[in-house]
Amino acid sequence: MDKKYGVYICTGCGIGDALDMEALCEVPDEEGLPVKTHPFLCGKEGVELIKKDIEENGINTLVIAACSRRVNFDVFKFDGCIVDRVNLREQVVWSHPRSEFPALTEEQKDDEEHFDRVQMLAEDYLKMGMAKVEKIDLPEPYKLETLNKKILVIGGGITGISAALDAAKTGYEVTIVEKEPALGGYAAKVRKQLPIQDPYENLIPPVIGAKIKELEAYDNITVKTQTMVARIAGEPGDFTVTLKKPGEKIEFDVPFPLPEEMKFDENGKELDVEGQHKKYLEYNEGKLDILQIDPNGEKFGAVVLAAGWRPYTPEKDEFAHLGFGELLDVVTNHQFEEMAAKGKITTSDGKEAKSVVFIQSPGKGEDDADFKYCGSVTSMVALKQAKYVCEDYDDGKAYIFYQHMRTPGLLENFYKSLQETEGIFLTKGDVIGVSKNGDGMIVEADNTLLGEKVKVKADMVVLATGMVPVTVDDPVVNLAYRQGPGFRDIDLFEGYCDSNFICFPYETQRTGIYAAGAVRRSMTMEESIEDATGSALKAIQCIESVNRGVSVHPRSGDMTFPDFFMQRCTQCKRCTEECPFGALDDDETGTPKPNMTRCRRCGTCMGACPERIIGFADYNIDSVGSMVKAIGVPSEDDYDEPPFRIVGFVCENDAYPALDIAGLNRLSYSAEVRFIPVRCLGSMNVIWIKDAFAQGMDGAFLLGCKHGDDYQCHFVKGSELAEIRMQKIGEALVSLALEEERVAQFEVAIDDYDKLPKMINDFVEMVEALGPNPFKGF
Amino acid sequence: MTEHKAGPANGSILVVGGGISGLTTTLEAAEVGYEVFLVEKNPYLGGRVAQLNQYFPKLCPPSCGLEINFRRIKDNPNIKVFTLAEVEEVDGTPGNYDVTIKLSPRYVNENCTCCGDCEAVCETEISSDFNFGMNKIKGAYLPFEMAFPARYVISPQIIGTEDGKRCKEACKYDAVDLDMEVKTMNLKVGAIVWATGWEPYDATKIDNLGFGQYPNIITNMMMERLASPNGPTKGKIARPSDNKEPETIGFVQCAGSRDENHLPYCSYICCMASLKQTTYIREQYPDAKVYIFYIDVRAPGQRYEKFYQKIKEDENVFLIKGKVAEVSEDPGTGNITVVAENAVTGEKIKQTVEMVVLATGMQPTTASVKLPADLKYNEDGFIINDFEKGGMFAAGCANKPADVVSSNQNATGMALKAIQTLVKR
Repeated sequence: MDKKYGVYICTGCGIGDALDMEALCEVPDEEGLPVKTHPFLCGKEGVELIKKDIEENGINTLVIAACSRRVNFDVFKFDGCIVDRVNLREQVVWSHPRSEFPALTEEQKDDEEHFDRVQMLAEDYLKMGMAKVEKIDLPEPYKLETLNKKILVIGGGITGISAALDAAKTGYEVTIVEKEPALGGYAAKVRKQLPIQDPYENLIPPVIGAKIKELEAYDNITVKTQTMVARIAGEPGDFTVTLKKPGEKIEFDVPFPLPEEMKFDENGKELDVEGQHKKYLEYNEGKLDILQIDPNGEKFGAVVLAAGWRPYTPEKDEFAHLGFGELLDVVTNHQFEEMAAKGKITTSDGKEAKSVVFIQSPGKGEDDADFKYCGSVTSMVALKQAKYVCEDYDDGKAYIFYQHMRTPGLLENFYKSLQETEGIFLTKGDVIGVSKNGDGMIVEADNTLLGEKVKVKADMVVLATGMVPVTVDDPVVNLAYRQGPGFRDIDLFEGYCDSNFICFPYETQRTGIYAAGAVRRSMTMEESIEDATGSALKAIQCIESVNRGVSVHPRSGDMTFPDFFMQRCTQCKRCTEECPFGALDDDETGTPKPNMTRCRRCGTCMGACPERIIGFADYNIDSVGSMVKAIGVPSEDDYDEPPFRIVGFVCENDAYPALDIAGLNRLSYSAEVRFIPVRCLGSMNVIWIKDAFAQGMDGAFLLGCKHGDDYQCHFVKGSELAEIRMQKIGEALVSLALEEERVAQFEVAIDDYDKLPKMINDFVEMVEALGPNPFKGF
Repeated sequence: MTEHKAGPANGSILVVGGGISGLTTTLEAAEVGYEVFLVEKNPYLGGRVAQLNQYFPKLCPPSCGLEINFRRIKDNPNIKVFTLAEVEEVDGTPGNYDVTIKLSPRYVNENCTCCGDCEAVCETEISSDFNFGMNKIKGAYLPFEMAFPARYVISPQIIGTEDGKRCKEACKYDAVDLDMEVKTMNLKVGAIVWATGWEPYDATKIDNLGFGQYPNIITNMMMERLASPNGPTKGKIARPSDNKEPETIGFVQCAGSRDENHLPYCSYICCMASLKQTTYIREQYPDAKVYIFYIDVRAPGQRYEKFYQKIKEDENVFLIKGKVAEVSEDPGTGNITVVAENAVTGEKIKQTVEMVVLATGMQPTTASVKLPADLKYNEDGFIINDFEKGGMFAAGCANKPADVVSSNQNATGMALKAIQTLVKR
C-alpha cells in the first residue's frame, strides 16, 4: 500500500491548554507530514474532517494524537486505513499537570538551561507514533488452504456424548472415540444418579441411556468404540488424527519427550544435545517423527477432550487407620457403587450390610481436608449411597461422618431431603479409626455432633475417595507437538486439565483443544453436561475463527500472524521452546515450522528470536525499534543539565490501562519516561533495550503481569520469560560498564494504578542517582 | 476451500444483563460469528463482579478480565451494547421474538469525553449505590474508572435543578442533554439469554444479626467495596462508626442462606468469599484477628480446598463451627459481641469483635420482579431452563447460585444453546 500520511491532533480535554500546539504541529511539519488540529476531534465535525481527508486526499495512514486508544475506539476506526493513537491525554497532560510541571516563560524558552518536560513528552510521543505507522502494514487474514470443520470428541461418557450432541445440533459433524467397547463411561455404571435439575431433591435413574439413544438419531455423529487417539498432528482447522485400537503399537504413535532421568549417563552427568537426541530416538523407536503426517489420518477442525476420570485407589497403607487394604469391608465409594449397581449391598462374605459408615475426611481430626481429588460431588455421592442402604434394607442405617458437608448452591435441597430420610445419620466428626469387631467393625470418631466420642458398629465402611483425572499420567490427546504430547503445566492443578483463568474457564495452552467434564475438575453429571456444552461452543468458535483467518482468545479477531524470515534463522529453537501455545514444531535441523492457527498472536516468538526474523504486520522489531529511536535524548550539547530519558515497555492488557486510570485520576509521575505498549511482555525483544542504551537513554523498565503459580499473564508465560531475558540483558550491561540496575521489571495488576506513580518515580530517582548513561551523545 | 458445510445461520441473539455471565454469553456467541444485542439496566457493564476487589482463589482483580472482555467488545462489530436498558415486553416463539426495550435517559450523549468538567461544577451529592451507600458522589459521575462505556451519567436527581444547568454549561462538548427522555426500541431476535444475575440478600431482614442497627456490622459486598482501591475508602478497611483500623473482625457465615426463613439454599460463594476477605484484612493488619463462624466450610475441589487450608494455617484466623444466634453492641465502644453455639461442644461462645461482616447470600434478581417473558421459576425465583422448548435460556446466577468460574462455563454453554435455536430456524 502506498502510504499517504495524515497527523491529527486534538486540542480538547485540556491538551490544547497544557501544550504549545504550534510547536507540537512543527513535529510532523518538519517531516513533511500534513497536520491538522481540532478542538473536539472525536466529535462529529472532527471525525468528518478526518473522513474528508481520507476520501478527498487519499490519506490512508493516520496518526491521531488525542486520548487513549482504550476510548473512542469506534470513532477513530477507519476501514482500510492504518491508524495509530498517540495518547496525549491520559499519559501526558492528565498525568503531568502544569501545576507540577510548569510551562516555560518566554525568557526561558531558548536559554539552554530550561526545558519543558511535558512538551518534550508530547513531542516524543507524536514522533513515536509517526515512526510506528511508517513501519507497519494493514493485516491480512491467514487462511488455511483447506479447512475441516469436523469435531473430534475424545471420550464417550456423559460429557463426551453431551458435547457431541450439542455440536451436532448446531450442524457440525462429530466423531466420538471411546476406548471401551461401549459408550456411557461411568454414568452407565451407577445404580442411580444425582439430580440434574430443579428441584434437586431426589435421586434419578441414570440419564445416560436416553442420551445414547438421542445420539443415534443424529447422522452427523460417528461413534468409534474401542478406539483411541494415537496422535493428533497439525493445527486447528486442519488436524490430522491417527486413531488406533487400545493396546496396539503403531508407527504413528506419538513420540514422547525423553524422561528427565534418561537425560543423564550412568555417572549422573547430563548428556549433550546429540547424546540426548540419540537417547530420544532409541526411546521412541518405531515411532515416526511428529512432522510425518499420516496419509491415512482423519481430518478434524477442533477437539473436545472429555476423557474423564478414574477412581482413586488408595495405596495399601495409605489409610491404615481406616483399615483400608486390611479389612475387606472397608471399600471406596467406587467399589460401593459397583456393588450397588449390581444388586443388594452385602459384605465380603455375603451378609446383609445393614449398617454402613461413610467417611468423608481421612484426617484423624488433625486435618479436616477431604480425600484427594474430591469435590462437592463426593459429598453428594455419600448422600446418594447412604440412600441406597435405606433402599435395600428397611432397617438399614447409614452414618456419614464429615468435616464439611459440601452441597453448594441448589444441591442443598438434596442434602435437606436426605436429612429427613429415616435411617440416615449425618454428623461432623473426626474419624479416629476403624477396627475389627467380631463379624463386623467399629468406627470410632471424636468431636461429633452426637457426642464427644462415639463408636458405631458397621458392616461396611465406605471411603469418599476422589476422582482422578486420567490426564494425571496419560496425555490422552497425544499431540504431535514438539513441546510434547499433553497439556502443559497441568501439575498446577494436580493433573486436571483446568484453566488458570477465573474469567476464561475454557482457556488451554493448546489452541483448538478444549477440555470438559471430570478431566477438568471433579464434577457432578449436571456440571459435566453443562461443561460439555461450553466446550462444544469453544470448539465451534475456534473453527469459525480459523475460517475467518483470525485469532481466538484473548486477541480474538486479530488478523495478524507471525511472519518468519527463514533465510536468516539460525535454528536456535528458542521460538519453538518458548511459545506458550506450542505453535511451532522444529525439524531435525531445528528450523521452526509455524502452525499459524495454533498461534495466539502474543509475539513471544518475536521476543525470543535473537536474529529478529519474526514479526507481525502491525507489530514488529522495526516498528517498536523505530519508536525507541524516535525518542529524543537530550545531551549536554542541548542543555547544561539535560533531563534523563527512560523507556518503559508496558503490557497493553493490564499495565497500559492502569496507566490510563492513573491519568484519569490525575495521579502524576515523572515526565522523563516514555511508554511503549507491547502485546505481552513475552514479546519483548532485548534489542529494543540495547537500542535504547545505545541511543544514550539512562534506564529501561518493563511493566507486566504477575507470574508464578497464580499467574495473571494472559499469555501464560510472557512476564516470566521477559524477566529471564532482562536478567541476561543486565549481565550484558555490566560488560559495557553500565549498572545492571538500569534495567528493571515490575509486576503490576490492572488495579495497581495508585501504586504506579511511586513505582515509576522511584525507578527514575534510582537511575538519576546512578548518573547519566556515559554513552549519551556518542 | 471448505470441505464441510456447517456454521453460522441467520438471526440474532439478545442477551439481557451485562454482568460477567451476560458478557461471556455475548462474546462467546459473537465470536462464533453471530450478531448479539446486549442490554444492561445499569449505566455500565460488569455487574456484580465490577464491585469486587479480587476473585478467589487467585486473588486477582476482576477488572483485569473485564478489561479484556471490553476490548473484545470494542473489536467486535457483531456486538451492540445498550446500557440503561430494560426489556419491557417479549412476544413470539423460539427463533422469532419481538422484543420491546425501554431506554432510560443518561442525560449525557456520545459527545462525552470523560473530561470531568461536569462533575467538577456539580454541587449536589448523592449516595453511591455502587458503594452501597457508604459514600457520596457528585450528581454527575463516572460509574467507576474502568467503566464501559466510558461515559458520564447525570443523576435524575439533578435534572430540573440549577446543578443540571451548571453541568450543561460546563461541558465544552455539548455532551449534556437535559432534555433526554425515555425511549423505546424494538428488536427482532431468534433467541434470548437471560443473565439477569443476583442481588445481595437484604441483610436488614435478618433481625437477629443487627445489620442496619449497628454501624459496625457490614455485609460481605460492602467489604469488597471497602477493600477495593477505587472504593469509598480507597482500599483501606476501616470500621464505619469511627474509621478505626479493626483489630478483631468476625465473619458470620450463612447470613440468610441455608435458612428456611430467608434463603433455603446455599449461596455457593460466601464461604470462599469470607476466606478471601480474610486475606484482605490480614494483609492490611498483620496483628488483626479474624473469627469465622460457619456451619460447613464449603470449599469444594482441589483448588478451593488448597486455598482454605492455606488460610487455616494462619495463627490469627479462628474458625468456629457454630451458627451465630445473636449479636449485640456495646454502645460505648461500638464493638459487637457475637453469640454462637459451638456445634460440637454445645457450649455458648461469646466473642467480642470490633467489626462484623455478614456473609450474606445471593438472591436472584428475578425473586422479586418477574421478567416480561414466558419463563418458569423455581420457588426461590431462579429461572428454570426448558431446553426442550428452547429459544430462551437463563445463564449464570439467574439460573442457580454459582461462583464466577461456574457461571462463565454455564454462560458459554448458553451461547451455544442460543445458537442452536437460530440454526433450527
